[in-house]
Amino acid sequence: MKVLVAVKRVVDYNIKVRPKADGSDVDIANVKMSINPFCEIAVEEAVRLKEKGIASEIVVVSMGSKQCQEQIRSALALGADRGILVEAEAELQPLAVAKCLQAIVDKEQPQLVILGKQSIDGDNNQTGQMLGALTGMGQGTFASEVVVAENAVKVTREIDGGLQTVELKLPAIVTTDLRLNEPRYATLPNIMKAKKKPLDTTTPKALGVDIAARTKTLKVEPPAERKAGVRVADVAELVEKLKNEAKVI
Amino acid sequence: MSILIIAEHDNSALNGATLNTVAAAKAIGGDIDLLVAGSNCAAVAEAAAKVEGVAKVLLADNAIYEHQLAENVGQLVANLGKDYGYVLAPATTSGKNILPRVAALLDVQAISDIITVEAPDTFKRPIFAGNVIATVQSLDAVKVLSVRATAFDPAVGEGGSAVIEAVDIVEDAQLSSFVGEELAVSDRPELAAARIVISGGRGMQSGENFEMLNRLADKLGAAVGASRAAVDAGFVPNDMQVGQTGKIVAPDLYIAVGISGAIQHLAGMKDSKVIVAINKDEDAPIFSVADYALVADLFDAVPELEAKL
Repeated sequence: MKVLVAVKRVVDYNIKVRPKADGSDVDIANVKMSINPFCEIAVEEAVRLKEKGIASEIVVVSMGSKQCQEQIRSALALGADRGILVEAEAELQPLAVAKCLQAIVDKEQPQLVILGKQSIDGDNNQTGQMLGALTGMGQGTFASEVVVAENAVKVTREIDGGLQTVELKLPAIVTTDLRLNEPRYATLPNIMKAKKKPLDTTTPKALGVDIAARTKTLKVEPPAERKAGVRVADVAELVEKLKNEAKVI
Repeated sequence: MSILIIAEHDNSALNGATLNTVAAAKAIGGDIDLLVAGSNCAAVAEAAAKVEGVAKVLLADNAIYEHQLAENVGQLVANLGKDYGYVLAPATTSGKNILPRVAALLDVQAISDIITVEAPDTFKRPIFAGNVIATVQSLDAVKVLSVRATAFDPAVGEGGSAVIEAVDIVEDAQLSSFVGEELAVSDRPELAAARIVISGGRGMQSGENFEMLNRLADKLGAAVGASRAAVDAGFVPNDMQVGQTGKIVAPDLYIAVGISGAIQHLAGMKDSKVIVAINKDEDAPIFSVADYALVADLFDAVPELEAKL
């Protein structure tokens, strides 16, 4: 079966971003960009399905600037077969991304679409669920285990109280949580091979999607700082402070 | 403008995060209706009707809603939500699962994890794991919002007398089915609702050593959490994780034991009222958010703390 994987280009998770001085946006000039970690887990899961003989082809999609090609190439180096870039310079919000993905799903007809549960920049946690609604597919979000059977997939989900398992009819959407797998590193020969794999480019307009922003970011700012606390000498002083000063025990 | 809130519950009791969501709705202003979708959940609807500030409780009692499957509940909420100005849910795993589906069905860009209401169409929310706070304005006719519970003091759960109205919309998408669940069983309070939380990090060195924290927790009536480092090291299960990718907590007292204080952990607990950090590394970043810092070996300090309480 065909598996579609969506990957997002984001600021590398090791980088601490800060708002620009004028509060108009975050400052991401000249910082390292990577595949969103949850998306990398999605690619890895698809590659494992291919290694098990369940997936026959892995198509990886990314959206945004031309530079997103780098993230598509990274996914191809991990084992995806071909890439699609939806090129757009404007900001793409989750609903617009889901609509572009819907258009690609209509064309590619994958049996399974795997996405990260959220991107570590916007932290929205929306795209997979929205794609489910738009395509009329079932969704297994925050997956920690994915078992594909005939015409169905069983997804174990990380929920607040523990784990929940649901069964979804195929085609279906899966969004990954951290414990689904540990992504491999791309080997040099695979990185070289990835350069030769096909990568098509399209645009939201060509897909017939209106990407007009539905929300407006008025300001970004650093979070409120906590004021520095005090150092206590020993456990006795800690207990005394908690009882008499903070009055929390 | 009227507000519809998806109540979170387990078919027998109303989850506390719903009360925080009601508080956010009050900050927006307008008539507040609570939707209780579930199976044999009349008791939940009765509890919801007592929540102060709720005008009406919509009760969709049907077996297809028993496990909160997003495909069914999402369609139900979208059907109801189109007549409201706002659709809200707590930003729990259940809310996050259902709400974006509702938003897409309504052709709305949802806003996740709001922490303040600045104006009826403008909200603050954390991005980049809480390193940045964005002020976001919705341009959509219906506003679909998930609410970070810890950012709003809960509405009072008693004293209200809302009417309960049955909803007989049956949305069975037949796309998904519930297979089973494994819920962590504990005599201690739930992490998200506990007044005191004690969390252990990589410094705990093993899962067995968490017993020390459990004993302390039992003495204080506290919940026990963990950092992602402790979860990734295999010491404890993921449902104990406090942090950006785990649970967000804001108890009266948070005790961080052997936790260095990675940004992703701080994002999950820095709104706690009082923070205590116990760490032997005096340069640990956790101390920058701690009200009371104790530089000590946790294996000495924790038993001593237990003895002195």
